[in-house]
Amino acid sequence: MALLHRPRALNEALAHLAEDGVRAIAGGTDIFPALVDRPSPRAFVDLSALPELRGVSCEAQHIRIGAATRWSEIARADLPPALRMLQQAAREIGARQIQNRATLGGNLCNASPAADGAPPLLALDSRVEIASTSGVRSMPLADFLLGNRRTARGPGEIMTAILVPRAFERAGSAFLKIGARRYLVISIVMVAALVEADDARRIRTARIAVGAASAVAQRLRALERKLVGAALDADFGALFEDGHFATLAPIDDVRATAAYRREAARACVARALAEAASRA
Amino acid sequence: MSARAISLTVNGAARQVAVEGGARLSDVLRNALGLTGTKIGCDAGDCGACTVLVDGEPVCACLTAVGQVENSAIVTVEGLGACTRSGGRLQAAFHDEGAAQCGACTPGMLVSAAALLDAEPAPTESDIAEALGGVLCRCTGYRKIVSAVARAAHGAAPAPLTEGAVGARVARRDGRAKIEGRDAFGADAIPADALFVRAIRAPHHRARFEIGDMQAYLRAHPGLAGVLTAADIPGRNLHGVIPHFADQPVFATHETRFRGEAVAAVVGEREAVAALDLTEFPVRWTPLPAVLAPEEALADGAPQLHPNRPRNILVGGRVARGDVERGFIDSDAIVEGVFETGFVEHAYIEPEAGFARRAGRRMEVTACTQAPYMDRDDVAAILGLEPEQVRIVPTAVGGGFGSKLDLSVQPYIALAAWKFGRPAAMVYSRPESIATTTKRHPARIRSRIGATKDGRILAIDFAGDFNTGAYASWGPTVANRVPVHASGPYVVPHYRALTRAIHTHCAPAGAFRGFGVPQMAVAQEQLLDALADRLGLDPLELRLRNALDGATPTVTGQTLGDGVAFRECLEALRPAWRAARAQAESFNANARGPLRRGVGMAGMWYGCGNTSLSNPSTIRIGIKADGRIALHQGAVDIGQGSNTIIPQIAAEALGAPLSRIDLVSADTDLTPDCGKTSASRQTFVTGRAALQAARALRAGILRHANADDDAALRFVDGAVEIVEGDVRRTLALRDLPPDAFGYAVSAEETFDPPTTPLDADGQGDPYAVYGFGAHMAEVEVDIELGVVKVLRIVAVHDVGRAINPTLLEGQIEGGVAQGLGLALMEEFHPGRGENLHDYLIPTIGDLPPIECILVEQPASVGPFGAKGVGEQALIPTAPAIFNAIRHAAGVAVTRAPATPDRLRAALKTRG
Repeated sequence: MALLHRPRALNEALAHLAEDGVRAIAGGTDIFPALVDRPSPRAFVDLSALPELRGVSCEAQHIRIGAATRWSEIARADLPPALRMLQQAAREIGARQIQNRATLGGNLCNASPAADGAPPLLALDSRVEIASTSGVRSMPLADFLLGNRRTARGPGEIMTAILVPRAFERAGSAFLKIGARRYLVISIVMVAALVEADDARRIRTARIAVGAASAVAQRLRALERKLVGAALDADFGALFEDGHFATLAPIDDVRATAAYRREAARACVARALAEAASRA
Repeated sequence: MSARAISLTVNGAARQVAVEGGARLSDVLRNALGLTGTKIGCDAGDCGACTVLVDGEPVCACLTAVGQVENSAIVTVEGLGACTRSGGRLQAAFHDEGAAQCGACTPGMLVSAAALLDAEPAPTESDIAEALGGVLCRCTGYRKIVSAVARAAHGAAPAPLTEGAVGARVARRDGRAKIEGRDAFGADAIPADALFVRAIRAPHHRARFEIGDMQAYLRAHPGLAGVLTAADIPGRNLHGVIPHFADQPVFATHETRFRGEAVAAVVGEREAVAALDLTEFPVRWTPLPAVLAPEEALADGAPQLHPNRPRNILVGGRVARGDVERGFIDSDAIVEGVFETGFVEHAYIEPEAGFARRAGRRMEVTACTQAPYMDRDDVAAILGLEPEQVRIVPTAVGGGFGSKLDLSVQPYIALAAWKFGRPAAMVYSRPESIATTTKRHPARIRSRIGATKDGRILAIDFAGDFNTGAYASWGPTVANRVPVHASGPYVVPHYRALTRAIHTHCAPAGAFRGFGVPQMAVAQEQLLDALADRLGLDPLELRLRNALDGATPTVTGQTLGDGVAFRECLEALRPAWRAARAQAESFNANARGPLRRGVGMAGMWYGCGNTSLSNPSTIRIGIKADGRIALHQGAVDIGQGSNTIIPQIAAEALGAPLSRIDLVSADTDLTPDCGKTSASRQTFVTGRAALQAARALRAGILRHANADDDAALRFVDGAVEIVEGDVRRTLALRDLPPDAFGYAVSAEETFDPPTTPLDADGQGDPYAVYGFGAHMAEVEVDIELGVVKVLRIVAVHDVGRAINPTLLEGQIEGGVAQGLGLALMEEFHPGRGENLHDYLIPTIGDLPPIECILVEQPASVGPFGAKGVGEQALIPTAPAIFNAIRHAAGVAVTRAPATPDRLRAALKTRG
């Protein structure tokens, strides 16, 4: 049975993590499932009691979300419209029992291709803040997520916060997820879209990210550029070209075929854009 | 290493536990604090059964390290009444509505619902679904749970009905224990001194293996008592539910035939065994070529699983009548198709568990099961004992649906307890349960139906291959039941149905609610809609035109006489059908977006009891000197309700109040054999035995009193009052000498449904009675994404007589939920997804409103006219949904489940 360290200060947590056989735990919703029929690690270091890792605060340039903030706290928080898609995603992660434990940082550090938190945070151009005994660094989330279950977090490092720029915070946003059932479902594909309108009710900025259709959720930057200047009530699907989706590399698995994911991603992007535009 | 004590407030009381902080809260609650009301269904947050409140918020206790909630307030189901505002009302409402069936999900449901109602006293239905979306239920179909929560929100606590005879909505008699978390399931009553057992299982579909140095392994792992292998089996290393086909070893020798097959088991102290990394066990595997699909298994040169079964064919089934070729020549329209279904997992919320204890030369096995006497005989054979030396004590069963008919933990715990002389326990993990227990047979069906232009079916030619996996299990039953049923509840003059059960290197396929008939219905009922389309007929009217009645022979040549109300079922459905079809068509006429609506239906028949085989039930009932009545009721209640239904029947037949009857529940030392809980037979067969036994007891009492048959009885403390006209006499029970069973008066009666063997053409009377029914599904299809949402189900069932309408509706709604899963999401891929997040079953958000219409036309052979409904309820749902998809989007579903990718692919080929 594993020991559990429950530090109240980040430097203590970092010290524990430097020991052999110690794993960081926050919500536990990815760690414990992976331990079924397998022996426990020697010890956990619990990040959920670190005050600096909890809560949402509004700073001058960005909204700072502590990495151990739970999804249910995000769902309930008073956040600007651009983060509505993140709140929609928060309500689609597992179910209430999971949202009450699982954390944003855990979702990103676990780096599942189907992490529901990744597309909205990528579409928001978020950065992540990472601490180690030698200090704190930050980097774009897009650089942090390296592949299926691979991140730029080094051994001994702890993600402390997610920083969401406030530049487009009044923009409309939407999150859409396809699964084979209503609750507690791993996404077949999901889309986060953000649309900012200009004074002529045309798209000034669009941000789109697609998850579960490649090893890491992908921004559709070519499409984002193409959409600039489009009317908010345009038939977005008609503007799509195959090249806009070239960064997607879906696979066949128990949930769906790659061909389906490719096709569903397009349909969902069109729908998410329409929903985001309706709120822009 | 001694752990620092961790302080918690549990159900209002300060508690200290001396465990490491990294332990799962669920384990600490159950093992250190004895609060076994918190159930463990998956240890992965996939099922929500372990939901508890932490400072008022629902969380999965299995995903929470106990050290993370130090000094928090924890509320479990045991404390719900005292520690939440809404808990008590919710428990009463769950009890009254029949919202708990097996009871394994009930604690998680109640705790989640209490969190909702304490925060939101007037929730909408969608609030309820959101709040309970993280708790899976496999029995109820969720609808009664939704109503119970709504009722608890909007009113005072109801007073559940405890008295009432046949036809009354009596609350489940074992229900209070379930809603209070007191009912002991397989993992809930393990003695503190028990050794624990874990199996070493094959990681390949097929492999040769050699076990290495076990002594060195044991020396390196303190706390282990030993290792069991085939060499430790004193009796025969073989078991199987059908004695003639028994072929499954307890431990494989030399070669394993499916991924997950056991080759050895480690036995030791609980903590030591739990801490093992089983991949370090000394066994060397050599993977061998495997066949996973019937076409591979049938191919020339394919590896043969069993030397006595050439071409890997376990068994074939056949029913033939009339002249099929002639029938097609005479047909004006012929439809045909090929349909496939996959492995379906039972996914009960309670994984297999239990413990065994040796008592001298006797063995006692306390475990979850559907078939105590079958378990007894197989365990005895494995241990080399006489059957009477083995006692099987079924625990509460957290769902079965057919899979807990086969042995799971029983041989391992019995061998361990026998060898080491201490109680021995085993609790399957969810992956172990999914990988190794039986599945629904995948089917590949080719069928052809011919009819006249006015819609009379002339001929059916049906051929089905069923993947039966590595061992026989119930494969022969599936192969024999399907050809009897493939006509559906229709008159078919020219008929041929052939089946084969084919071995592959997959987990054994066995019994699953319907024994192959649901797969058959997926094919046949879709072909009927294709036929209706071809002929320009309404699908319901086509079925009505061909509906079987009691006077026309079935395809096995049986004339059923009474108890055939299929026509009445269709007529009962007709108003809803017409209105819904018209609404859907008008919706589609105006549809601009990607959504289309459709309405489909399917008919069903299903024989109650074993196919042409004896399957008796014996009931003993006795009245004690104090006037209490003991009902020895050996039918295992796996959630379906026999602990309530059988007493209701007995009470009515005896003329006694239900509350005077005490249940002696299934236990091979205490209750005569009531057979297995399977084949929709308990209400019918055991119910009829209970009726006869109760009548015999009544006759016995009257004999003691020298009273006439028509005298009325009044049961009072210590006596029975006999009333004949104006004369009232008292039979003092204490004055009667105890009989052979120790009762003042008792009776024991057996009922075996009258059937006849089937001849080479499958002609005969395979069942004494059939259940009939029809379902209608209303769906919305997103044609761009291939996503289907079921909007409504109407389920009509001819149940003969509704002994307890609440429990009946519960069976129907639960069957619908499993049918919906089969239709839209459920498929097990051997070796992949051995968990409940890859293997999906419906959640509360997937089940639409379900309207149950009960048609009560008594079948004279059944108790008060009743027949079974457990399997019937599942059969028509999937084809009704598929026919609704066809109506909405114009495509047939030839491969179940209709997942979004498959449906989208089908829609594209349609163009």
